[in-house]
Amino acid sequence: MEALTSRLEALLADNSIFTLQTLGYYGEGLVTTVQLVFLSLVIGLVAAVPLAIGRGSRHRWISLPIFLYCYVFRGTPLLVQLYLIYYGVVFVEGIQDTWLWVILEKPFVPALIAFTLNTAAYTTEIFRGAIKATARGEIEAARAYGMSDRLMLRRIVLPSAFRRALPAYGNEVIFMLHASAIASVVTIMDLTGAARFVYARFYAPFDAFLFVAAIYLCLTFAILYFFRWLERRLLAHLKPAGG
Amino acid sequence: MIDLHGYGPRLAEGALITVELAVLSLVLAILLGLITASAKMSRSRTAHAIGTLYTTIIRGVPDLVLMMLLFFGGQIGINAITDQLYARFGWDIFINVNEFVAGVITIGLIFGAYMGETFRGAFLAVDSGQIEAGRAYGMGPWLVFRRIRFPQMMRHAIPGLSNNWMVLLKTTALVSVIGLSDMVRVAAEASKATREPFTFMIIVAAVYLLIASVSEWAFARLQKRYDVGFGEVK
Repeated sequence: MEALTSRLEALLADNSIFTLQTLGYYGEGLVTTVQLVFLSLVIGLVAAVPLAIGRGSRHRWISLPIFLYCYVFRGTPLLVQLYLIYYGVVFVEGIQDTWLWVILEKPFVPALIAFTLNTAAYTTEIFRGAIKATARGEIEAARAYGMSDRLMLRRIVLPSAFRRALPAYGNEVIFMLHASAIASVVTIMDLTGAARFVYARFYAPFDAFLFVAAIYLCLTFAILYFFRWLERRLLAHLKPAGG
Repeated sequence: MIDLHGYGPRLAEGALITVELAVLSLVLAILLGLITASAKMSRSRTAHAIGTLYTTIIRGVPDLVLMMLLFFGGQIGINAITDQLYARFGWDIFINVNEFVAGVITIGLIFGAYMGETFRGAFLAVDSGQIEAGRAYGMGPWLVFRRIRFPQMMRHAIPGLSNNWMVLLKTTALVSVIGLSDMVRVAAEASKATREPFTFMIIVAAVYLLIASVSEWAFARLQKRYDVGFGEVK
């Protein structure tokens, strides 16, 4: 490790901007970005499944609130949602006296809440579309087997809907990665935050932002190829024969 | 009524800036998108490569990073060029990048890439027999484009176009970060000054929803217009 550090140092010796210290900021930023995106996507995904099922419910008191939630969160900018939660959380009555304040005081959790609510709304719509596109014959076959609604949902509708939702969900993951750059606005030191810091310190916009753009590009391609690989595996049965 | 603490007029001005910014960016994005789609469909390998590079890079990097790169870097780049002009030819030019123009250029540039993909798919969906018929009538390439390819392409492009517009509209919120006084920035300032974030942010959210609903209606009408002559599939 020490040998590696000293070699890196030698490599960066005549570079005034990308020193070990600034690269460290970018590294920490990368960790923060990945944490924020990964956590919000996982929580959003878990929340989206029941929401998507409820969105198609026959009872309006279930489907209408979910529809409104999706409409509002998909129709307004994430930045506004982030501001609303980040600035708004302070004004919740008596919150500063509870244990929650310890975690809500830092911007990470408000940002995580905003991102999660946003991605859950988009993911709900993606799943909703996939569930609606279930072939009628599959449902009829399940009914003919005497499956209950729950069993049919678990064994027939959801597995095939997940697969159909995969390409659109891959786009949502990339969208979320790019949207997470907004976190830097509420003083989170994510990748973009690190780039802004380096820019402000050295007044070198090209170095600071082109470097971070390259990192984002690599992350985007990694996600893209991961989802392509997943699609190849999970959607293999849909490929034309002999292809 | 809701007490806006005197921020009402500024908020309205901000809303106007948001709308102007969005519409101008849309125009630029459509132009760039048409050029990109043509480049990607052209037989020239260089044009194809440039088009692909543009759409890949723009769609792989966050909007905010591109915006900061162009806004903060743009001034330095322009200064470098004007310095050169002064040193070489003695021309004394000073160009100041204004936030609004930088915003329009950045958002137009970003969505030009998305529009390019939308238009490319739509152009490919136009029946090639239609284009051949146009040629057979002796129409030149420009006339074929104006009278046949463009109107028929739009029918396929409108769903994608409407999607891109909705995303573009929400992206305009990011210009508040580089210092433009759009409605999000005014609301953020007002929230901090009055300590009433809910009032201002909910108003801004409602305005965005209103614009989105109005444009949804407008796009539905546009779709109907371009669908003339095609029976709606029920």
